[in-house]
Amino acid sequence: MRRDIFQAIADPTRRAILVLVAVQAMTPNAIADHFDITRQSISKHLRILSECDLLVQKPDGREIFYELKIDKMKEIDMWLDQFRKIMEDKFKQLDEVLFTLKNRKK
Amino acid sequence: MNLLFDFTVDKATNTIHITREFAADLDLVWDAFTKAEILDQWVAPKPYRLETKEMDFRVGGRWLYTMISPENAASSRWSLAEFIEIQPKVSFTTKNSFSDENGNPVDTGFTYSITRNSFKAEGEKTTVQIAKKMASLDELEQFIANGYYEKGMAMGMNNLEEYLLSLSTSK
Repeated sequence: MRRDIFQAIADPTRRAILVLVAVQAMTPNAIADHFDITRQSISKHLRILSECDLLVQKPDGREIFYELKIDKMKEIDMWLDQFRKIMEDKFKQLDEVLFTLKNRKK
Repeated sequence: MNLLFDFTVDKATNTIHITREFAADLDLVWDAFTKAEILDQWVAPKPYRLETKEMDFRVGGRWLYTMISPENAASSRWSLAEFIEIQPKVSFTTKNSFSDENGNPVDTGFTYSITRNSFKAEGEKTTVQIAKKMASLDELEQFIANGYYEKGMAMGMNNLEEYLLSLSTSK
């Protein structure tokens, strides 16, 4: 069954799971350690996120890791946005440094 | 003051173009981009700070620096900028890569980028144009993860939520 993505991100636990696996792929047990709810409900959330095509399972030996499924082009766009933000912040810092240096010269 | 900031990406040539105006004269802006004691004050995104180990601003010379975390942990990753072209007060070009603390290459999943910075005085302001050409835009993730944060941390909660929302509207 294909689910609506809004349903996936409407739930705070599911949003928190996505943030966790965005940083690194994780096993269901490692994910469950971050929450104060039963393993069963974690499994349910993972199933819903997988059905929404947001998570993908990667077996590694006897373990199964869940990772965020991101379209490659979208992913590049996301990193470009991040880079733009880093540069914007850097230049704002430089504005302040230039302001200080200009006043010192006067 | 409203200062121009323009950011565009040419995906065909893997080049990021940035134009930014600064409210200072050319001499000062040039120094801010080429002298370690000023670079150390603005290049690292707060709360990180920059530490320069070597700066030799001449063609064939290099700038070796790293980011220090708010907990004062030195990153194991060092950034290396090798100067391959310098026209004083006009432009300079660097080859950027990651290295160990001695400037020896390390395998990070990021090869290198070529960055050209051009400067133009316009009255009281100075415009800087930056063109950063990468081997492939795929490597941008490695570039950000190695240069700025521990891997993965660069992608904050807000970005993820924005991304998820963009997915939900595009489907």
